[in-house]
Amino acid sequence: MSALPPNPAAPLQAILRRHGHDPSALLQILIEAQDIDGWLPAPALTQIAAALGLPRARVEGVAGFYSFLYDRPVGRYRVLFSDNITDRMLGNRALLDALCRKLWVEPDKVSEDGLVSIATTSCTGLCDQGPAMLINGRAIGQLNHRRINEIAELIRQQRPLDQWPAEYFHIDDNIRRRDALLQLDMLPGAALAAAVARGREGWLAEMQASNLRGRGGAGFATAVKWASARNAAGTRKVVVCNADEGEPGTFKDRVLLNTCADLVFEGMTLAAWAAGADSGFLYLRGEYRYLRPQLEAVLARRRTAGLLGKGILGEAGFDFDITIHLGAGAYVCGEETALLESLEGKRGTPRIRPPFPVTHGYLGRPTVVNNVETLAKTCLIALEGGAAFAATGTAQSAGTKLLSISGDCAAPGIYEYPFGVSIARILEDCGASDTQAVQVGGAAGICLAAYEFQRRIAYEDVPTAGAFMIFDGSRDLFEVARAFVHFFAHESCGFCTPCRVGTALLRGFMDKLNDGHGAKADLADIDWLDRLLKNASHCGLGSAAPNPVIDTLQKFRPAYERRLVSLDFEPAFDLDAALAEARQLTARDDPGAHLQTHEEDGR
Amino acid sequence: MKQFLLDGQPVPFEDGQSILEAARQAGHYIPSLCWHKDFPAHGSCKLCIVKAAGRHVSACATPAKEGWEVESATPEMNGERRALLQMLFVEGNHFCPSCEKSGNCELQALGYEYEMLTSRFRHFYPDRPVDASHPDVLLDFNRCIFCELCVRASRDVDGKAVFALTGRGINKHLVVNAESGRLGDTDFSKDDLAARICPVGVILRKGPGFAVPIGERTYDGQSIREQKLKEEES
Ligand SMILES: Cc1cc2nc3c(=O)[nH]c(=O)nc-3n(C[C@H](O)[C@H](O)[C@H](O)COP(=O)(O)O)c2cc1C
Ligand code: SF4
Ligand code: SF4
Ligand code: FES
Ligand code: FES
Repeated sequence: MSALPPNPAAPLQAILRRHGHDPSALLQILIEAQDIDGWLPAPALTQIAAALGLPRARVEGVAGFYSFLYDRPVGRYRVLFSDNITDRMLGNRALLDALCRKLWVEPDKVSEDGLVSIATTSCTGLCDQGPAMLINGRAIGQLNHRRINEIAELIRQQRPLDQWPAEYFHIDDNIRRRDALLQLDMLPGAALAAAVARGREGWLAEMQASNLRGRGGAGFATAVKWASARNAAGTRKVVVCNADEGEPGTFKDRVLLNTCADLVFEGMTLAAWAAGADSGFLYLRGEYRYLRPQLEAVLARRRTAGLLGKGILGEAGFDFDITIHLGAGAYVCGEETALLESLEGKRGTPRIRPPFPVTHGYLGRPTVVNNVETLAKTCLIALEGGAAFAATGTAQSAGTKLLSISGDCAAPGIYEYPFGVSIARILEDCGASDTQAVQVGGAAGICLAAYEFQRRIAYEDVPTAGAFMIFDGSRDLFEVARAFVHFFAHESCGFCTPCRVGTALLRGFMDKLNDGHGAKADLADIDWLDRLLKNASHCGLGSAAPNPVIDTLQKFRPAYERRLVSLDFEPAFDLDAALAEARQLTARDDPGAHLQTHEEDGR
Repeated sequence: MKQFLLDGQPVPFEDGQSILEAARQAGHYIPSLCWHKDFPAHGSCKLCIVKAAGRHVSACATPAKEGWEVESATPEMNGERRALLQMLFVEGNHFCPSCEKSGNCELQALGYEYEMLTSRFRHFYPDRPVDASHPDVLLDFNRCIFCELCVRASRDVDGKAVFALTGRGINKHLVVNAESGRLGDTDFSKDDLAARICPVGVILRKGPGFAVPIGERTYDGQSIREQKLKEEES
């Protein structure tokens, strides 16, 4: 490289200094550096690279990976409409269009005065109070046309966000059904005291007896994970709480972090006690950045109370503290090895396994990665014992599960049930009627049709990380599947061929069908892509990406067949559509500006 | 010595060896694109996909296990490989007849090996301008398959980190280590290992174009299978 970059300006210098010029803090530095101008100009990347001693290309590579990092200017008011299927069902597209019209800006563009940009983003975890948006990182739910009008006015007046009506930013917990966890009223430190009294071995034995399995999706036995990390060679072990919660339709971790953060942090400390870890990270998805101040406050309180830091609860050698790391808009970072890469300040690309995180995790150290809910549940086990916990739920699924319920029902929100509850019971409790289908476990999960509503939530029947989206008889299941396919294509990390190209191809096929150009041959190609994605993908994102299509093709095939033109093959290319841009430029839409592509059309 | 079965044939291996390495050493070909014997496994292209004990795994990144039954040269696995190749072809812009790498290109050679007759899927036709700013080397990004061999060679052998990937998903792309984005503004040299390691036609020497005539190139006379197994012996 030729000339040295000029010294960073003072605000950037302060950020770099605060992070000790540590290259593994790169992502955190980029997130904070972006707050200076709202985006990351090229010279800033050069300066950050030089200050951290990293190749510039590596910094560019990280900045280019995350949806919430921008390499070109965005509006001073940056509006992102949540675009989960539940937001769509509540009319988010019409609201987006309305806001764009009122502010004279096109979607995905910046207004000419640089005031505002409006775009969509993957599910922001407010499905129970949608349609939702993020504005400069702060969440607003329950959008409607009135609110959109007001927001347009506030933006036009360039009113700072702190002066906007506070009720906009009020996020409800919507806890509708409480069971063991949500009923628990625990003094901070009580679970920890019980576990420390049992000794590390005794506490692990209690965990073993509890049969607790991970609530993040895979259902791995938590005690086995903790014991493996404990037995792994190496010092400076790590506990990571996975608060990436990117699965569309899931929001229970948001509620846990909002209302029982102490349980979550206490669970992390309990894991540290068992595994012998000395550092902890909460990996908080960028969409939940607004929770950070209150979470930092809880951490500070716990430090003062001797529940974090050196010699926790007076126990010599029990040293543990927790740092919050932010994500920046990447669903794949919920996958535990991608999460570790991201924690190290890299692109969120899933690692090759083995080795597994319990032996080689964060910076090569033995690392426990657990879901928010899993960790919170360990408090129950410390307080009431493993056997009591194991006695609830079903044979292979001990304890309770938090469900995030959204979609077509009277009372969306958080429901805590013992494992084994039937779909029908849940539907009844939340006031759903005329239910056509339920998507359990999010986009990556399973789509259940009415004939399956006697099935039960449990690892041995319908496993779930917690999403529960309801679709009534008026909904088109093809649209649901298409939305999820778009989600996966947008979120593919791009590392492996099948997922990078396969999700984009699948999106193309679903759009082709949607546009009325589908043929029987396409359904065969879709089948084949589904199989390849499932078999050959590097991580769970790619292998789950075809799930919504596989399920709906099997259970709601007419929704697809309705869209086929009855040909064996039909090109995806539409000559007339290709002229759309020319029509827009010339402001023409008369018959002469259209081509007739179908013989039928011509008749 | 420990061994596993590859398509019914015993393959000996040492602890820690991958399925792919052990197979190649024993004279059995499993295809690869992102794997290179001098670097740790990357596991991205998935051409080496095999079925081990009934599960799909990347042969380059999976340590061999005693007694495993591994399926590789089956119609099922070869069909999946062909589809992966088709994906790589439609993702970029590959006009082999006008490509300087034609005949020496591993992607093209694998297309022949796995009897890829059509591209099957819709072409993406991405817009990826070439970079001719360097005096000795041309970058034609249209053909990149993201194996990261140049990234790894430049970083780990040349000590320069000239290349990196940015973007995500189908928008992932290669960038060079300069604020201008131009290779000419980096410390890249034609003598770097990274200048020689690209399996396809992205990183090309300027000047001696088509020095070896088409017809006499590496994979013109022999298949990539034969060539790779020969390299293994030497
Ligand atoms: C694409 C993908 C996304 C994931 N996202 C999350 C997530 O947001 N939160 C989570 O806890 N686990 C997520 N997981 C599962 C994690 O990889 C990991 O299994 C989990 O955090 C382990 O915690 P547990 O054992 O407590 O469930 C995801 C997995 C995949 C493949
Ligand atoms: S399956 Fe998708 S998300 Fe996972 S590694 Fe491959 S490209 Fe990345
Ligand atoms: S330029 Fe060549 S070596 Fe580098 S990633 Fe692309 S295909 Fe691989
Ligand atoms: S050679 Fe194994 S994934 Fe590329
Ligand atoms: S012939 Fe393969 S990239 Fe040129």
